Amino acid sequence: MAFLSDDIRERIQAYIPRYPSKQAVTLPALHIVHDELRCVPNEAIREIADLLDLAPAEVHDTMSFYQFFREPEHTLGQTRLWVCRTLACALRGADDLLEHCSKKLGVPVGGTTSDGKITLEFAECIGACEGAPAVLVNDEHVMNVTHERADALIGELKSR
Amino acid sequence: MSFEPTLLARVNKPDSHRLVGYRGDGGYATFETALRDKKPVEVVNQVKDSGLRGRGGAGFPCGLKWTFLPKDHPGPIYLCINADESEPCTYNNRILMEKDPHQVLEGIMLACYAIKCERAYFYIRYEYGTAYRVLQAAIDECYANGLLGKNIQGTGFNLDVYLHRGAGAYICGEETGLIESLEGKRAWPRIKPPFPAIEGAFRKPTIVNNVETLCCVTQIMRRGNDWFKSMGVPPDPKNPRDAGSYGPKLYTIAGHVNEPKCVELPMGVSMRELVEKHGGGVWKGRKAKAVNPGGISMGFVDVNAKIKDSNLTEYDIPLDFNGPGRVGCLGLGTAAVTVVDDQTSMIDVLHNVCQFFAHESCGQCTPCREGTGWMLKITDRMRKGQGRREDLDILIDVADRMGIIPGTTICGLSDGAGWPVKTLIRKFRSEFEEAIKSGRRSVVKSLPLVGIH
Ligand SMILES: Cc1cc2nc3c(=O)[nH]c(=O)nc-3n(C[C@H](O)[C@H](O)[C@H](O)COP(=O)(O)O)c2cc1C
Ligand code: SF4
Ligand code: FES
Repeated sequence: MAFLSDDIRERIQAYIPRYPSKQAVTLPALHIVHDELRCVPNEAIREIADLLDLAPAEVHDTMSFYQFFREPEHTLGQTRLWVCRTLACALRGADDLLEHCSKKLGVPVGGTTSDGKITLEFAECIGACEGAPAVLVNDEHVMNVTHERADALIGELKSR
Repeated sequence: MSFEPTLLARVNKPDSHRLVGYRGDGGYATFETALRDKKPVEVVNQVKDSGLRGRGGAGFPCGLKWTFLPKDHPGPIYLCINADESEPCTYNNRILMEKDPHQVLEGIMLACYAIKCERAYFYIRYEYGTAYRVLQAAIDECYANGLLGKNIQGTGFNLDVYLHRGAGAYICGEETGLIESLEGKRAWPRIKPPFPAIEGAFRKPTIVNNVETLCCVTQIMRRGNDWFKSMGVPPDPKNPRDAGSYGPKLYTIAGHVNEPKCVELPMGVSMRELVEKHGGGVWKGRKAKAVNPGGISMGFVDVNAKIKDSNLTEYDIPLDFNGPGRVGCLGLGTAAVTVVDDQTSMIDVLHNVCQFFAHESCGQCTPCREGTGWMLKITDRMRKGQGRREDLDILIDVADRMGIIPGTTICGLSDGAGWPVKTLIRKFRSEFEEAIKSGRRSVVKSLPLVGIH
């Protein structure tokens, strides 16, 4: 029995014709798996390697470079909440915001709430600097995040 | 005289992201005309003669880069669109993609026709999820309407455009880091030469262009070179190597201003005008102290520093390709302008910048990997009130020694890591010295950050 579902395997394979080399599907494949499983387990690395005619070490090498993909010990919660800490946001209170979110959620930066709902992260400039301090909810921007807005956002994400 | 934006002209229209809206504003007519009536080389020549220089940070002449491709190459040629946009305080590509995706797609079509490329890879940073979905929908519309795919409008021209998402790494914006990442490897920049135009993605000749550059291509082909050259700054006659700074430019304003926003203006607006007029002035009734002219990699200016033999200060320099260099900055970069007010500790600014580069160095070259790490450690110590007298000289020394300019590293990230450090310390030395002497702590939040970062 394969570890990855047929659906995931098909979605990965659908990327292959787009590129002259199968290795180029590594990042799309990692994203597909990571989005769904909230981490990339070793079994998945092996099967991605198999699908792309690579050695598992090659997939792992690429994956570990990005620090974006989580291993099973650090599985992501349902929503990944990134607080930007780079200059434009830092000048407008990002450090306080990150600390506020950390306290509110009761987790250190990088941690996941015990109900598995939210993982808190810091990010480097997320390209929403006109709305500093800004956060990213998975891959969507929320701008001008006051502490009150952060509380409301966290409430909403908890009820999702 | 009021200036009419072109690149941003459509952003607030209700249908700005849809094909009907774009068509309604005359979109794709330029591409269709070029496809029918122009030879690829004519498109290359027009872009070359327009004086368009790349908007991604390096400012390399766009059409000239296209001519570096091997002539009559039998195999595939690729275009990589650089939408990694990760230079801090830069966000104009995001607006262009979210609000007017067809403008950049038309630029891609024109560029691909010009360079005879049948497959374009659009590398977009992961954080731009909204832009990714808007672009995918726009690309789908193009396929459904015969603007992409095989034998486009019966002309025999084929073109596929594929979006490729990044995974949160600044270095994927460096063009060869981007190519390695696209190929499914670590985003380790390559040693150049060979440049991508000779050997790039999948070992084939490749052109890498920024999103704003390609939007300019659309408008140049539509409006002509006279239009493009009616804006901006002509080449400096005393500098035979200057290619001029023509055209409109998107400036992003951020930091301590009342109205942070992206504005389109003719290249060459002064920093003072940009901040005071377009950014609504410095917030809370305060004054500016330092401004960063083009993304943090370019370094900082001291707004109060007089320029020799004039009444002007560094705040008055024009934001064209040459202006920032005249006051010790690395260049125009991404034209992202960040303002720091007079109540802010420069140690905090320095620390924040060092934190970014220490996090983003890809680790291949020792001076960059170790240098960015040590610069962060030293500035962290300074923030805690434990700075030492020799620290400032050590920082400048480290910053001066890493980069492709001194010739010690593979890519420009490390030049960009060094420049803010040396410009901040050189320009605000007395503030740093005073802080070290007094042992003052600046605000320190030491949140425990999980080790996986
Ligand atoms: C560390 C580093 C990061 C870069 N990031 C970007 C980026 O995010 N977007 C971009 O267009 N160019 C970026 N560049 C510049 C690219 O290497 C390249 O010059 C550019 O994409 C070429 O496109 P253009 O000629 O249209 O400007 C970066 C360069 C370096 C050294
Ligand atoms: S200069 Fe820095 S970022 Fe660039 S290749 Fe070397 S280590 Fe990597
Ligand atoms: S610095 Fe936070 S979004 Fe750019």
